[in-house]
Amino acid sequence: MGYAKQPDFGTPEVRSDHTVTLSIDGREVTVPEGTSVMRAAAEIGGDIPKLCATDMVKSFGSCRLCLVEVEGMRGTPASCTTPVTEGMVVKTQTPRLEKLRRGVMELYISDHPLDCLTCSANNDCELQDAAAEVGLRDVRYGYDGAHHLGQVPDLSNPYFLFAPDKCIVCSRCVRACDEVQGTLALTVEARGFDSKISAGTAKDDFLSSECVSCGACVQACPTSALMEKSVKQHGKPERSVVTTCAYCGVGCTFRAEMRGEQLVRMVPWKEGKANRGHSCVKGRFAWGYANHKDRITSPMIRDSIDEPWREVSWAEAISYTAGRLKDIRAQHGARALGGITSSRCTNEETFLVQKLVRGGFGSNNVDTCARVCHSPTGYGLKTTFGTSAGTQDFDSVEHSDVILVIGANPTDAHPVFASRMKRRLREGAKLIVIDPRRIDLVRSPHIEAAHHLPLQPGTNVAVLTAMAHVIVTEGLVDTQFVAERCEVDAFEDWARFVADESHSPERLEPVTRVPAEELRAAARLFATGGNGAIYYGLGVTEHSQGSSTVMAIANLAMATGNIGRPGVGVNPLRGQNNVQGACDMGSFPHELSGYRHISDAETRALFESDWGVTLDAEPGLRINNMLDAAVDGTFRAIYIQGEDILQSDPDTKHVAAGLEAMDCVIVHDLFLNETANYAHVFLPGSTFLEKDGTFTNAERRIQPVRRVMDPANGYEDWQVTQLLANAMGLGWDYGHPSEILTEIARLTPTFAGVTWERLCEEGSLQWPVNEANPDGAPVMHVDGFVRGKGHFVVTEYVPTDEKAGPRFPLLLTTGRILSQYNVGAQTRRTANTAWHPEDLLEMHPTDAENRGLNDGDWVRLASRKGETTLRIKVTDRVAPGVVYTTFHHPETQANVVTTDFSDWATNCPEYKVTAVQVSASNGPTDWQEDYADLAERSRRISHEAEGEPAE
Amino acid sequence: MSDTYVSDTHRRLIYMANQIARNFCALDHDAAAAATADHIAQFWDPRMKAAVAGDEADLSDVAARAFAILREQGEPAPQTRATVFNDADEGGRSDAG
Repeated sequence: MGYAKQPDFGTPEVRSDHTVTLSIDGREVTVPEGTSVMRAAAEIGGDIPKLCATDMVKSFGSCRLCLVEVEGMRGTPASCTTPVTEGMVVKTQTPRLEKLRRGVMELYISDHPLDCLTCSANNDCELQDAAAEVGLRDVRYGYDGAHHLGQVPDLSNPYFLFAPDKCIVCSRCVRACDEVQGTLALTVEARGFDSKISAGTAKDDFLSSECVSCGACVQACPTSALMEKSVKQHGKPERSVVTTCAYCGVGCTFRAEMRGEQLVRMVPWKEGKANRGHSCVKGRFAWGYANHKDRITSPMIRDSIDEPWREVSWAEAISYTAGRLKDIRAQHGARALGGITSSRCTNEETFLVQKLVRGGFGSNNVDTCARVCHSPTGYGLKTTFGTSAGTQDFDSVEHSDVILVIGANPTDAHPVFASRMKRRLREGAKLIVIDPRRIDLVRSPHIEAAHHLPLQPGTNVAVLTAMAHVIVTEGLVDTQFVAERCEVDAFEDWARFVADESHSPERLEPVTRVPAEELRAAARLFATGGNGAIYYGLGVTEHSQGSSTVMAIANLAMATGNIGRPGVGVNPLRGQNNVQGACDMGSFPHELSGYRHISDAETRALFESDWGVTLDAEPGLRINNMLDAAVDGTFRAIYIQGEDILQSDPDTKHVAAGLEAMDCVIVHDLFLNETANYAHVFLPGSTFLEKDGTFTNAERRIQPVRRVMDPANGYEDWQVTQLLANAMGLGWDYGHPSEILTEIARLTPTFAGVTWERLCEEGSLQWPVNEANPDGAPVMHVDGFVRGKGHFVVTEYVPTDEKAGPRFPLLLTTGRILSQYNVGAQTRRTANTAWHPEDLLEMHPTDAENRGLNDGDWVRLASRKGETTLRIKVTDRVAPGVVYTTFHHPETQANVVTTDFSDWATNCPEYKVTAVQVSASNGPTDWQEDYADLAERSRRISHEAEGEPAE
Repeated sequence: MSDTYVSDTHRRLIYMANQIARNFCALDHDAAAAATADHIAQFWDPRMKAAVAGDEADLSDVAARAFAILREQGEPAPQTRATVFNDADEGGRSDAG
């Protein structure tokens, strides 16, 4: 596949039930009503010269290059702003148009450097193309007069540069920032000849401005004025491969644009159904970790974690590992072994890890990081709707009238979807935010939440029950929907429960700290404002009542009839790229792929016969239970693929104690992560750029991941698992992930119609893909719930046992930030650290003043579990009594203070509520110092075999 | 670093059982006990189930009754839709719990 630009139709696609037929240059074309003449021409292979038009933003009509002649119309209208009409006759090339265009082009070029041969956009420049298209042969105006040449470029952004002398002020970048990203960070400063693109205010550069580095402006720029620094460094790509991002659960698809095995740039793929051609700073730019010097590419082993690592061959590493696992199994039984699958790896890799644990190790002790993020979503939605996945596709938000965001911060954690949500909000949809923090969505350019309910952390269920109280007692229930689609008895029980006066907003206000009148208004708006959609994240699930909150959300959606059509629904925003897939693939200790319980004999027989093994009929241990059992001595060995549980899981000391107690910890990862400090075997992993396979995003959309370069370690991750499986005697012989996918489809009814070939052909499929839904299912529960009727569940508010008190008077809640991702293993090894070099503790000015603390001070953050130090940021984004931090940096180890309280149904940790005290500090805690020593000791690599002394 | 950490898996299991029982409090006593028993049967590893005798003083009434059900009557039929799983050839439900 050679390199070709993505098609650009000039103006956005228009959706209309009516079509219009017209003639362009003697060719007839039929397009939806409202389409521009420019786009209609492009649909039949035409290419009207243009500069200010691109199909990612609305037409603008400023460059005057796309002029056409239309029979019966005066003058030469711009084709980008002229809509088609029935019977229209258009000419795109006439002597008059040629002359006009050439004149316009001549003026552009008269103020443009003619250094095309050394320009980073050479042969990939729309200005160059347009000059060729209009036949520009001469420029009569020299550079003697006023011009913009020689201006100093803005190099502040680590990933792209702005060269003002290459800018033609077409405003595509400004409009992309406004319309596509929705940040409105860019503007055209001054007027006329002085016009200049500016980020933020006059004193800002790109880095200091509000620019979020999504790359939309760079993609929109027709010249090299906004250009990736990587293109400047490596040159124009020679080929492109469509693949899927390995960061968050939005699942953006990108064109990996390559020269040889060098990735030149990642460009969002316009045909990608999850991202529709948009991207964020992580997926677009933060891929440098793939070649970071910290990557470990040789396997390493050691008998004890006190010893330095010893680099060995793959054969020795695998044989050593299998030997230790077999010995432990012989001595302690199969249930002493287990594994953790990765939500960052592919479906195929995840499937193989759980297959190895169940079929090779002989236990069901397999879990995945969904345990610590969205496991309550599974429990809650399965109980109420019958199936746990999000009910909508991302396109659905375009039809929403009221958007309720609870416990999610989409502009930081799911930025590409947030941009689509913001676009809908700018179009007039109403917004309700339920969050202890004033997240960016509450008030940002052209967006203001109708209601922000800044609740006390831990009171989600009380707030949602109070909203339900308003809806029921004020007669706002969609009675027809409930009667037709839900179990009426359960509804009546629920309605009686929520209608009780004890659940009124007024009575609950002292608990929730949400003003009753505001809550009532929010409930009324959600129930009566048209299509109501609920989007939620880990601020819902990571609580002791996470599952109950999910059920309360589902209750609210059913009571208001907001299920089963575009624009509505219950939408969990998944954290990691393949968390949905990891769940689908049988990563949980109680079930096999396709959500079939391990105790079901018929299901076990299906897998036993296919795999040629005998399976344990009892559920295995969840991650936290594995750690408990390790401390007790009944769990002795673990294979962890692509997770860093020491940094990501709660109560770090307990995680460390569990890992330290094990006889064999196998870490399979890109880097020597924090968990590897306690590991005996390190198996180098491969990045998403180095493997084939599939990811499943938050929409249940299965998308291909494609290998664009050889694995630096020699193997894709599934191959490493296969090596280990075969050393354990399993005799696997997969030659390509497509063969694993075939096995998944054979054994998993919801994947029955999925094949690698079909995914490659169609781009993506949303499961279920089976006889009933041969092409997948974008929106679920359209005519009825998967299990028949919707089920209302009474959700009694049970306060968390983690209480603030005199010693720990503040409540800590944790989350992430746009530029970093989870434990930061990837993003900390990119230039994204320019935006977030350390974790900060957000604290309200009143709380800071009471403690004599100033912005930027070092503070000690202590809970009943542990303490750490970090710097504070004084801000009224958080309410008094609440503090907030991120968990991206191991130097902070925010989880050293979080507790082992967890969701009652799924053991999802209660990350969002920890009672803490904050005080001034003059240095790191003992824990931080001890841990830094341990990490340094643990990461030593011996080179004795090469005759060098140990480090 | 583990020298200062005191593990108490048994105490934790009691806490978990009580927490499950407490969240079924909207049901009556027998139904809550059955739901708690069902939940433990479906989601707990055998060593966890075996570690709780059922007569611990810290166990709530509902949780204690749940362990009695498991000991005396075995695993109950599904009490909530969370514990209804797909059949071998079925693809309807899903969960991530």
